[in-house]
Amino acid sequence: MAHVMTQPAQTAPSEPRAPRRRRPWRNTLIGWSFILPNFLGFALFTLVPVLAAFALAFMDWDSYSTPEWVGLDNFERLWGDENFHVALRNTIYYAVGHIPLTMIAALALAMALNRKLRGVEFFRTAAFFPYVTSLVAVAVVWNMLFNPTAGPVNLFLETIGISDPPRWTASTDWAMPAVIITSVWRDMGYYMVLFLAGLQTIPREYYEAAKVDGANAWHRFWSITLPSLRPTTFFVLVMLTIQSFKVLDLIVVMTDGGPGRSTLVLAQLVYREGIREGQFGYSSAIALVLFLIVFLVTVIQFRINERRSS
Amino acid sequence: MTTLTAPPATTAGPAPRRVLRKTLAYVALIAATVLVVLPLGWMVSSSLKRNNQVFTIPIEWIPREFRWSNYVEIWQQIPMATYLGNSTFLAVTITFLQVLTGSFAAYGFAKVRFPGRDGLFLAYIATIAVPWQAYMVPQYIMMQQVDLINTHLSIILLQAFGAFGVFLMRQYYLSIPDELCEAARIDGLSEYGIYRRIMLPLSKPALASLALLTFVNTWNDYMGPFIYLTSNELWTVQLGLRSFVGQYQADYAMIMTGAVLSVLPVMVIFLFGQRYFIQGIATSGLKG
Repeated sequence: MAHVMTQPAQTAPSEPRAPRRRRPWRNTLIGWSFILPNFLGFALFTLVPVLAAFALAFMDWDSYSTPEWVGLDNFERLWGDENFHVALRNTIYYAVGHIPLTMIAALALAMALNRKLRGVEFFRTAAFFPYVTSLVAVAVVWNMLFNPTAGPVNLFLETIGISDPPRWTASTDWAMPAVIITSVWRDMGYYMVLFLAGLQTIPREYYEAAKVDGANAWHRFWSITLPSLRPTTFFVLVMLTIQSFKVLDLIVVMTDGGPGRSTLVLAQLVYREGIREGQFGYSSAIALVLFLIVFLVTVIQFRINERRSS
Repeated sequence: MTTLTAPPATTAGPAPRRVLRKTLAYVALIAATVLVVLPLGWMVSSSLKRNNQVFTIPIEWIPREFRWSNYVEIWQQIPMATYLGNSTFLAVTITFLQVLTGSFAAYGFAKVRFPGRDGLFLAYIATIAVPWQAYMVPQYIMMQQVDLINTHLSIILLQAFGAFGVFLMRQYYLSIPDELCEAARIDGLSEYGIYRRIMLPLSKPALASLALLTFVNTWNDYMGPFIYLTSNELWTVQLGLRSFVGQYQADYAMIMTGAVLSVLPVMVIFLFGQRYFIQGIATSGLKG
């Protein structure tokens, strides 16, 4: 009897809860229905390839054979591959040039443009132009500017007294600097936007107080601007590092790795071995190394940043 | 004497100094901008020259005679119209799909609560951290298996469902208060209704940012078409221009004309929508 009595009592309070209990179910369905159209494409064309890339690095597979597990064989081969060593060195060379130069140029541009002047918007737009210019156009124009005999760059160098200017993309020593200069020019507008956003968060009062204390412009830059910008600078540094290590398209269009192997970079080696030569396993091993380098550098940067800010 | 001249000196001092400082600021601005834009200026000026006048000593910044005919001849020299058409088709299709599916999925991630949602989002974020260069080979193998090499469809499938759009839109939707959705639910609007009638209209700036960034990135993309498109009639402007350079290396003026034409559509779009463009970069800090 007590049973019968309690049963309605139990269902009665759960009555209003019923829709709420049905909700997680319904919500899951609704949530997935929103995500699914994108997720299908994302899973198939990004997630699966990412996972496959990791697996392929430990397989022997070219376009004619069947895939086969070979453990670390690909990495052993990598170690003895001279192209890999050259590409690794060149990638680091590019990064070491591209990261600090872009950073300095972007910050300088941002500082110059962070003023309340009439028409400053126009200048900001112009400074961003190189970034929206297509890579092929950028490469084509700079290749001509760097023309060793009649290019404007060398004409200028000659007028300021350098009688034997570099041969830029025609020489093995100067091809990489030419690529770096071009990429700095192209990318600085992008990072300038990030620095501008950072500069605008610094309160004006800081500068006014420093002025009262008699700090000159140089001093104010070191003691106010740089410390306040640290989060932005850190973010830009991480982005630039990732971007530098995976550089590919600019080099493919501008020098195609040449002359010789003087501008061959890691991502380009992945493309050559994997897509042109059909060495799927081996190229994935190179890709994995590329990914690990980017990952490691990013982790190290995060660690350093944590230690500094604590 | 000194006490007499001192007061006017201090009151008159700041005004000329302010003018001087302003002038200096403008000089610095103009100098920096000229330096940045100079290569583009050279591109435009060379595109209007006779071929043998591109490399002159000293440099002619303004052509002696403007050869507008370059801009007519290029259409006959290479199938520029086909290339522009292909680029437009790819950029518009990919942008449309990315904005549509991206914003739709972002609503699911930002406003619908269900188990497993955050783990799933983590998978999206994690792939943003993996450089595309590291998985371009598996993508290529997949496309080869299903026989989609040398089709526009391969490019569309690979680029239209990026994690970037979901990420950007989710950031924006999170800034819209949940109470708004809650109120709409109480009024009997379905989740799809909330997305269409409330979220979409409210997120117009973010949608514009995403659309512009995607369009410009797709238009300027080189590696995708370079890897997948082999027949000339499928080529984009970027591929067409690159092959033109390879074929007619000494045709400097015409190459510059092609370069200007390849940049022009994006420049126009950027000029009209630069506010959204720059907002998109400043809020996400990520490239598509």
